Amino acid sequence: MNEKQLLSVDGLSVTFSRRGRDPVEAVSEVSFTIAEGEHVGIVGESGSGKSVTAMALMGLLPERGTTVEGSATYREQDLLSMSRRQLNQIRGSEIAMVFQDPMSSLNPVVTIGTQISEVIRRHHRVSSKEAANRSAEMLDRVGIPDPRRRLREYPHQLSGGIRQRVLIAIALACEPRLLIADEPTTALDVTIQAQILNELKELVADTGTSLIMITHDLGVIAGLCDRVHVMYSGRIVESARRYQLFTTPRHPYTGGLLQSVPRLDSPQDEPLRPIEGSPTDTIPWTDGCAFQPRCPHAIDQCLEATPHLEPYEDRMLRCFNPLKGDEDDKRDR
Amino acid sequence: MLRFIVVRLTQLIPTLFGLSVLLFAWVRALPGDPARALLGDRATPEAIERINDTYGFDEPLIQQYGMYLSALFHGDFGESIKKHEPVLSAFFDKLPATVELSVVALLFAVVVGIPLGYLAGKRSGTNVDGGIVTLSLLGSVVPVFFLALLLKYVFSIELEFFDSVGRQDARLDAAHTTGFYIFDGIINGQFAAAFDAFKHLVLPGLALGTIPLAVVVRQTRGAVAEVINEDYVRTARAKGLRSTTITVRHVMRNALLPVVTTLGLQLGLLFSGAVLTETVFALDGVGQYLYQAIRDRDYPVLQGFILLIALIYALITLIVDLSYGLIDPRVRES
Amino acid sequence: MTEGTINGPRARAQRSHGDSLWRGAFRRLSRSPMAIAGALIVVVFLIVATFAPVLAPYEPASTEWTQLSTPYWVQGHGPGHPLGIDRWGSDMLTQLIFGARQSLIIGVVATAIGLLAGAALGTLAGAFGGWVDMIVMRIVDIMLSIPSLLLAISIAAILGKSSAALMIAIGVGQVPIFARLLRGSMLGQKNADYVLAADALGLRRRTIVMGHVLPNSLGPTIVQATLNLATAIIEVAALSYLGLGEGDPAVAEWGRMIVSAQDRFEIAPWLAFYPGICIAITALGFTLLGESLREALDPKQRR
Repeated sequence: MNEKQLLSVDGLSVTFSRRGRDPVEAVSEVSFTIAEGEHVGIVGESGSGKSVTAMALMGLLPERGTTVEGSATYREQDLLSMSRRQLNQIRGSEIAMVFQDPMSSLNPVVTIGTQISEVIRRHHRVSSKEAANRSAEMLDRVGIPDPRRRLREYPHQLSGGIRQRVLIAIALACEPRLLIADEPTTALDVTIQAQILNELKELVADTGTSLIMITHDLGVIAGLCDRVHVMYSGRIVESARRYQLFTTPRHPYTGGLLQSVPRLDSPQDEPLRPIEGSPTDTIPWTDGCAFQPRCPHAIDQCLEATPHLEPYEDRMLRCFNPLKGDEDDKRDR
Repeated sequence: MLRFIVVRLTQLIPTLFGLSVLLFAWVRALPGDPARALLGDRATPEAIERINDTYGFDEPLIQQYGMYLSALFHGDFGESIKKHEPVLSAFFDKLPATVELSVVALLFAVVVGIPLGYLAGKRSGTNVDGGIVTLSLLGSVVPVFFLALLLKYVFSIELEFFDSVGRQDARLDAAHTTGFYIFDGIINGQFAAAFDAFKHLVLPGLALGTIPLAVVVRQTRGAVAEVINEDYVRTARAKGLRSTTITVRHVMRNALLPVVTTLGLQLGLLFSGAVLTETVFALDGVGQYLYQAIRDRDYPVLQGFILLIALIYALITLIVDLSYGLIDPRVRES
Repeated sequence: MTEGTINGPRARAQRSHGDSLWRGAFRRLSRSPMAIAGALIVVVFLIVATFAPVLAPYEPASTEWTQLSTPYWVQGHGPGHPLGIDRWGSDMLTQLIFGARQSLIIGVVATAIGLLAGAALGTLAGAFGGWVDMIVMRIVDIMLSIPSLLLAISIAAILGKSSAALMIAIGVGQVPIFARLLRGSMLGQKNADYVLAADALGLRRRTIVMGHVLPNSLGPTIVQATLNLATAIIEVAALSYLGLGEGDPAVAEWGRMIVSAQDRFEIAPWLAFYPGICIAITALGFTLLGESLREALDPKQRR
């Protein structure tokens, strides 16, 4: 694999402030890199800041009341500080995004054809006819039958799965170097989820596109990503290669996530163990470890100091009392 | 689409039927003997005889209603007691002036209201938003006739910018082919006359336009504030589209859908407002005729005009519904 | 201050839903300058209207100054009459103060008529559905097919010139608005989870409507009533202007004050300005209050 860095995010923090409220730091000190052709996963529950991270990179957060700090160097340019004009030349052509909800992410009153061709025509000087041809080609590539007819149709005439494919077609229309997929399959039926994931995987592999896959579902990551970042309450708590993360999770939160995923190879009588509590049972990072209230491994230190993201064994970890042992030990516990 | 039109037209029938019953009953509900109520206290016995004959006040109610309905179907909407002219022809005689006034008022509301509403919606929650909303509210709380009086006082009496009364300077001796003076001036090549007619409509249009203006601003604002947070607008931004493309194709195309409906519904309010505005500026339209009918207790005129206005209103609502179908593909399909 | 508070307030708000809706709305209202301005205007208006006999410097419609050789309406304002004297020789300020009272009475009664009749029709249509709904909605359609001012004109024409006629005429015009509102909110809630739950518990239909559905329609109804008060105050003036107002000249009414000032507009415009501004400010107060209440109660704003 080519190890040339495509994007390197350094110390990204996002703070939302609303009038009359305390400001809320939704993302804090997030750093990671992605190489060309690499597939990176960002995992976390809703509210963990994973989507906000993606939005911040794409410049899609509302300008009012939002403070974005840190840097995101894409091919020697900082995405976070560049002008809107520059950003608009990169968005949609070099970095593209697939959104979570295919039902609401397409404009209901504009034809599919226009919605694909407008991104092509924005970034390439082509005639409308040529753009229509390319649009049909894209629909064909994402596996939509009868693409010519689809171009003239409106979103409400299509099923959820087809709409998500259209969104993928839009994102890939200009052959981006980096694709950010934000929970691209959550809103779909389970059977279609697997299909779309496979197709997405093939498409990015064919074109050598780098991928940031954002999800709450470790199952999605399993067959797709080289490296995984686990986020909790706005911060990365564990970063590891896929194999290491799945076999030997070190952060209790990662361990909890893994145990709550049903697996074919686990013994029949072993129950699924959901993580106790909900993401709202959290304390500010400044008071200790945000996961402490839900953590079965918590020690006194977790309430006394803020853990930092530090090298631990073969990965980066933010924990005072990591899980020990390998996969088998953990299961016996 | 054709089915849709037919369905909407059939839905109209019970409404119009009910309306005719209501207006029929209305004349009978006037205080005192209906013939005397129509003609006033000083009516001669002969006149009362005559009106009893035309309206059939001596016949049973069902039969009276039958007569009324059959007359309506023959285009007989009654006759003015004071002016002795058929109500229907009087109405269509006066209609062009009112339509012209309403169009100017609506244009003003759209041209000023949509950009203001867009700005307020885009910056919702800011001072700009608050300012625009308060301004549009101010327009809606000043009584139309008072605003008309004020405008007349400031711009035509004090500053003498505009003529305060009438539709056109009579000295221009303009030809009136259709009754729409601006349009007449243009098709007859009398551009000075067209411009003069327009100048006569500026102040009344402004006064009347504040009614739909407030609604247009608030509707557009609400719609824009909502649409701008939609996922598909985020998709459009993620495509790197120019902000004008996003505004026109993705925000406004969706946001204007509810505004179009509102505009149609505003026409009813415009007709009410026209009664008040036309009177202040002595515009010889439906409104002023109606005003005089109220003053003269000319009930057949009131009865006929209200029915005709309701008819036109229903027709416009229908057209608005249909045009809604044209711009919203989701409605077009079903 | 930090990530910890991300979801805290929402979790708390869910615990007592109905209560926090109103409390939250009130908290938002107390922070909105629009709402404060509106409330202030409304409160001043209510005080003036209620204590008119105490506040007014003279008796209403006293015309003792008619005999003056140079009427104040030509000169402007004079001693003892801070806002001057109208063409009938009555003190302007007194007239305005009693006008507030008249506006309040007509506005409130008219809106009450519209609200009660409309709510009855709407609840009936929404609760029973079927042919009841169809008939009620047809009636509402017919009423809506006549612009409300014209509807008021035709009713006032039957009832003659009196305050009662004005109230009924304006009130009837509001019936379809409230009928639609309540029907819509009934239908909207018919399939809401809590109604289904109540249904599943075997509660009687009437209990469900009275105990669950109606209280939830309260917010939008109050908003609409506040806004309609503003419209009613403007419509009274409009009807007066058209010669359909209160027939008794001793009753002070803002709309008619403008009308009677109209023919002296060029020499004494203030005679029309004062009542006009009173109408506008009062209507603005109710509109501001209604609109900000609407926003405060909007579930989408709750966060």
